[in-house]
Amino acid sequence: MEEIRTLTIDDNLISATASSSILLAAREHGIEIPTLCHLDGLGDIGACRLCIVEIEGQNKLQPACVTRVEENMVVKTKSPRLDKYRRMIVELLFAEGNHVCSVCVVNGHCELQDIGYSVGMDFVRFEYLHQDKRVDATHERFVLDHNRCILCTRCVRVCDEIEGAHTWDIAGRGIDCFVITDLATEWGASTSCTSCGKCTLVCPTGALFEKGKPVTSLSRNRDFLQYIVNAREKHEWFKK
Amino acid sequence: MTLEELYDIGQGFREQLSAFKAEIHVCGSGGCASSGSLHLKEAFEKGCEARKIINDVRIITTGCMGLCGAGPLVRVHPSDSLYIRVQQDDIDRILDSHILKDKVVKDLLYPNDGPFFAKQMLIALKNMGRIDPESIEDYIAHGGYEALAKAITYYTQEGVVLEIRNSGLRGRGGGGYPTGLKWDIVRRVSSAEKYVVCNADEGDPGAFMDRAMLEGNPHAVLEGMAIAGYAVGATQGYIYVRGEYPLAIERLRKAIKQSERLQILGNRILDSKFNFRIDLRIGAGAFVCGEETALIQSIEGQRGQPRPRPPYPSQVGLWGKPTLLNNVETFANAPAIVLNGGKWYSRIGTEKSKGTKVFALAGRITNTGLIEVPMGTSLRDIVFEIGGGIPDNGEFKAAQTGGPSGGCIPIQHIDTPVDFESLTQIGSMMGSGGLIVMDQTSCMVDVAKFFMEFCKDESCGKCIPCRVGTVQLFRLLEKMTKGEATDQDLDILEELCVMVKDTSLCGLGQSAPNPVMSTLHFFRTEYDQHISEQYCVANVCNLHGKNRAVADDSETVPRTEET
Repeated sequence: MEEIRTLTIDDNLISATASSSILLAAREHGIEIPTLCHLDGLGDIGACRLCIVEIEGQNKLQPACVTRVEENMVVKTKSPRLDKYRRMIVELLFAEGNHVCSVCVVNGHCELQDIGYSVGMDFVRFEYLHQDKRVDATHERFVLDHNRCILCTRCVRVCDEIEGAHTWDIAGRGIDCFVITDLATEWGASTSCTSCGKCTLVCPTGALFEKGKPVTSLSRNRDFLQYIVNAREKHEWFKK
Repeated sequence: MTLEELYDIGQGFREQLSAFKAEIHVCGSGGCASSGSLHLKEAFEKGCEARKIINDVRIITTGCMGLCGAGPLVRVHPSDSLYIRVQQDDIDRILDSHILKDKVVKDLLYPNDGPFFAKQMLIALKNMGRIDPESIEDYIAHGGYEALAKAITYYTQEGVVLEIRNSGLRGRGGGGYPTGLKWDIVRRVSSAEKYVVCNADEGDPGAFMDRAMLEGNPHAVLEGMAIAGYAVGATQGYIYVRGEYPLAIERLRKAIKQSERLQILGNRILDSKFNFRIDLRIGAGAFVCGEETALIQSIEGQRGQPRPRPPYPSQVGLWGKPTLLNNVETFANAPAIVLNGGKWYSRIGTEKSKGTKVFALAGRITNTGLIEVPMGTSLRDIVFEIGGGIPDNGEFKAAQTGGPSGGCIPIQHIDTPVDFESLTQIGSMMGSGGLIVMDQTSCMVDVAKFFMEFCKDESCGKCIPCRVGTVQLFRLLEKMTKGEATDQDLDILEELCVMVKDTSLCGLGQSAPNPVMSTLHFFRTEYDQHISEQYCVANVCNLHGKNRAVADDSETVPRTEET
């Protein structure tokens, strides 16, 4: 049996296994922390910074997804400062890409949109960058729209960790980063892509989607991820 | 190779040297080479041949001699005379007067107790500019590898770590983490494989300390790494050196080969059971790879992106193994500490910052160059005594330390002792040792913009606050320098600075707002002038003070008192 740690999250006394992250412990007890790069079943990278929390006795804010629980830890997931930072992060994302919900395939099923609502973002204070980004529709079944990509790297991780193809990766630096297939070839010309479509299912926005879907029609079923992870780790070969 | 044989090599080389009547050392490092020192060596050789004394005079190219601003530099032994600004036509004078008649050429001489040297104390730079960096024998003759031999022969692993702990040495890459503690952590972790990595990915604008050390005395870094390898129980070391330093790479390659040939690196070092190899890894030009976790990724052949810590590299590092990661200067200090003892080192410096620190003086300062001073030396001494003050009757405005992670120190803090705590307290940081001096011709908003542009270009793009936040910050600063910003922009700028600092993943993003925050703190009037009066006091931003109530003569550089 794994050791148990007890800690306080938002004034709730909580126990969790020693290997769990603050995020997991909080969610198991119904405390919601916003995330974008995290997805159950994929490895965590602590990149989107939305899940930052305050830990008593530490000056720095810590990402809940990659910070392990510790005995007697006191965590705050909500505070005026955290709320402000989360809202600013979402604002930065909206100013970075070209996110126009009304013409997006995932309108109404978009995690970025949901988080925008949940952090109370009613306008963007920052200058829109209006970057000139491309759309890759060379794959026979799927489309990649860089305008809507928030570089969460879920596609990179699901392709590497679950499908085992590692078709996706990141190229460029800073604001010029973009996801690539193979060695930055067109997706349709990729020799490693198995066309499994897992990347389109994990994408939090409308950056990756299946062809032929009309606007606002795309909702995603991600049960497959938990099924595969359970099968691998617990040898449970059934769908719940 | 045994300890006796090591001494024999040193003794033999010293005997060889004593056969020469004189030595001429020509500085071959960056600054002097670009002002023509490489031709000087040939000219000295020709001159000696013509005078038929070529066999009596040893002429070598050395590493940096420090006083780069007065190059090309030439040092003549045995009288240890430093000649500055040596030109082709000075060569005959030096040879005829100094070498043949033993009369020093006074008008070229810089005294060894002159203000540039008087307050310096050389430990890491001790042999630099005094030995041939391509000769391991020369290094050994100057006491090189004695510390490694002493460590392996007389010390246990704990003993070496204890000396480093006692010395109070702190990481010289900028963070200031206690080196002995780090070594101890890596030593205590039980693992069949451990690594020692030297961070030589120096990339701060205006910094050239590591470069000079690697080019001028590469063996000192190798020796420091080998001592560290012995202390923590590692058998493999890597030096991550940036690709923009081809001479440093070449010198390191040569130095590693020489050490392996003499069995100072490799298997059964100095006839002990200790094995240690060092390999080079060449950086491909990303600033963020100086961040330790990104550096490790890069060595592994991955995309150089930082990952969240903990776990720290001392527990989970290169290929998942415990890894000791230190800066070039930290390793270069280790041999002296082992040789003279930790207590000796801890007597130098201040209470919390021990030892000496190397600085690269650059910008509007008379004596541009490389210096090493005891911790706690005041900024005033560094700028006005060692550095010789501001050229062209300029007025000191600010000193920038810590590169894109640091801040600007204004005139009212000129007496701040330079140590880790004091600099952090006034909103700057020690950093790796770049020190850029600015006078009234620098606009502080423009300076902040410059560093923000650097950070935005060098952000890896992994976390949102750094990837997008730095771009937004840069755009706001750009608006200010164009005279298009509003008071609201200033509010957003300040708010965003705090947010990027608090939420970014790695040190690059967390410290990127520092130059803006420190200039805002000390030079807020300049920001206000840019915004409300479209006026740039240094006349850098080309604004002509459109809305300025009192018209200034835009042709001359106006000077105002900074508060």
